[in-house]
Amino acid sequence: MSSEAKGKTNGKPSTRPKIGVFKFASCDGCQLSLLDAEDELLGVAGAVEIAYFPEATRTMLKGPYDIGLVEGSITTHHDAERIQQVRRQCKKLITIGACATAGGIQALRNWKDVDEFVRAVYASPQFISTLKLSTPIAEHVPVDFELRGCPINKYQLIELITATLAGRKPNIPTYSVCMECKRKANVCIAVARGVACLGPVTQAGCGALCPSYDRGCYGCYGPMETPNTASLTSQLRILGQTDEQVSRAFRSFNAWAWPFRKASEECERS
Amino acid sequence: MTGTGTRTIKVDTLARVEGEGGLYIKMAGDRVTDVKLKIYEPPRLFEAFLRGRHFSEAPDITARICGICPIAYQMSAVHAMERALGITIDPAVRLLRRLFYCGEWIESHTLHVYMLHAPDFLGYADVIEMAKDHRAVVEKALRLKKIGNRIVQLLGGREIHPISAAVGGFHKIPTKSQLREMVNDLEWALEASLEAVRWTATLQFPDFEQDYEFVALRHPTEYPFNEGRLVSNRGLDIDAAEYEDRFTELHVKHSNALHSVVRGRGSYLVGPLARFNLNFDKLPEVAQKAALGVELKPPVKNLFRSITVRAVELVFACAEALRVIREYEPPSPPRVEAPNRAGVGQAITEAPRGILYHRYAVDGNGLILTAKIIPPTSQNQKRIEDDLREYAAQLAAWPLEEATWKCEQAVRSYDPCISCATHFLKVVIERE
Repeated sequence: MSSEAKGKTNGKPSTRPKIGVFKFASCDGCQLSLLDAEDELLGVAGAVEIAYFPEATRTMLKGPYDIGLVEGSITTHHDAERIQQVRRQCKKLITIGACATAGGIQALRNWKDVDEFVRAVYASPQFISTLKLSTPIAEHVPVDFELRGCPINKYQLIELITATLAGRKPNIPTYSVCMECKRKANVCIAVARGVACLGPVTQAGCGALCPSYDRGCYGCYGPMETPNTASLTSQLRILGQTDEQVSRAFRSFNAWAWPFRKASEECERS
Repeated sequence: MTGTGTRTIKVDTLARVEGEGGLYIKMAGDRVTDVKLKIYEPPRLFEAFLRGRHFSEAPDITARICGICPIAYQMSAVHAMERALGITIDPAVRLLRRLFYCGEWIESHTLHVYMLHAPDFLGYADVIEMAKDHRAVVEKALRLKKIGNRIVQLLGGREIHPISAAVGGFHKIPTKSQLREMVNDLEWALEASLEAVRWTATLQFPDFEQDYEFVALRHPTEYPFNEGRLVSNRGLDIDAAEYEDRFTELHVKHSNALHSVVRGRGSYLVGPLARFNLNFDKLPEVAQKAALGVELKPPVKNLFRSITVRAVELVFACAEALRVIREYEPPSPPRVEAPNRAGVGQAITEAPRGILYHRYAVDGNGLILTAKIIPPTSQNQKRIEDDLREYAAQLAAWPLEEATWKCEQAVRSYDPCISCATHFLKVVIERE
């Protein structure tokens, strides 16, 4: 009754493209998006061979994989080596989510003393092996596409897999959340009510969720293409935000993404 | 394979659990000499970087500990903060939070029952493979899961890391008619859940009963989500504020693991079995009848039957969601003001896989001074190892491959969420 013996292909090699899902430091939410695609799951599973996806299956087929989906950031020596192996096994390597693409919320350690952090959480810090920085996958290996979001948008993921298999460019916009607000005919909460909102510098993808729920965008999808963070910073100050508040706003799930990192450091310096 | 030969049960990567871990059991004859549940996920250090963040950020940040049960983190965070700040929430907000949790339980329990756990009982590697022979069952499960996710989406904007929960209430609340649109789906879901109870009861359960200390919340009138005393079948009866006095974390030699134990006693079990056994009388009639209909009554001491208990909780969650929708009157305003104030607050809520404890100390500017988070999986961890020590011994005569699969199945019965547990422990157990 082994998983191999009951393999999906009855011993015959599958001609479907092989997909592997690999996890590093993360919450599992982005890979869960695949299982959350309830209407598409069985269809996707018919079109590709899910060759390695431990969250979903006992079957663990060896590479090479046509597409590797990588979730999570690099925070240990072991993982820094493991991502090299994963890269070698994947024809196309796609990072999914803010951890893999920007280092994630755990990158908040990058401004602090990680040894003190470990001592704060663990009573036996000497047994913990962790790196000083939490870094995105692209700082370690070449990445073919970075899918943004904390969490990712499952429809963008399906579009990305489809496009990659078809060899075309995925239709994933790089404009800001403001565009999505305009399209939904939301009244701008920053202009109309003075709510602090990262929408102008954050990449679209969530469907302008927070402004639609009466709160400011907090930057889940990370910096848009060419964001004007300096302008937003001064606008937030006009709205009465302190430098500490602005700095914290930039330092969340995409804190280590360069434009947000730079903006938060400028606030700290001023 | 009895006698004196040694053998090792080794699973490098445990499948169909949330997060990454491995399992290592060493045996001499029918004696287990070593059990290691290895959790090799790297630590993410949440409690450290929460310091200095504003209390209002806690629900958004702690949600990111777990993509499977973000609502549990949001609920424990908001209740602990409300206690620290001395805030009382609107009863309608309280009701909506129950509905929010119903959505997460439906989504998470369906995922576990059908997609992570049932394949073990039927001998499939995963749900996709299972769908080839049981397409209708899997399609129903996907629809049920989607209905749970739809509740979460409606209240929280999206299924994973929803954005609407706030200290004091919600950022935005649904209208009565938006909620009423869910009724037909939920009535279908209730029927599907009743079917899940009957279907899971037909599975083959290994004969494995243990004498557990069950720990769960208990509320005077409700099956527990967000409120109640913490009780056990061995006389525990405490407020969340007393949690750290009564539970402690042991440090195992050669390991940085923190094993939660009841002080002076030992390992304990949290999650569906504990809730069911301690709160059967608070289940709605429809759920009680469903359980009794398949001869499931407390105390259930067979770990493997937790799959049916989860299905009973699905019945409860669907019935409860329907009740909340019937009674719902929108709170006004959607949240009470939460001004900065120094204080300390603790809260325990029932995540799908068991109790989740949060404690925060906040300063006069509303910034977090200290944070402590104890997720259900780290509380169950010592119990998982205790079970494996017993269970692997029972399987001594089994072929290695089948024994390995059975041990995996035992671990999966806990629906362990290793991503949650990770920032608290790394490699676990090393003993003679």
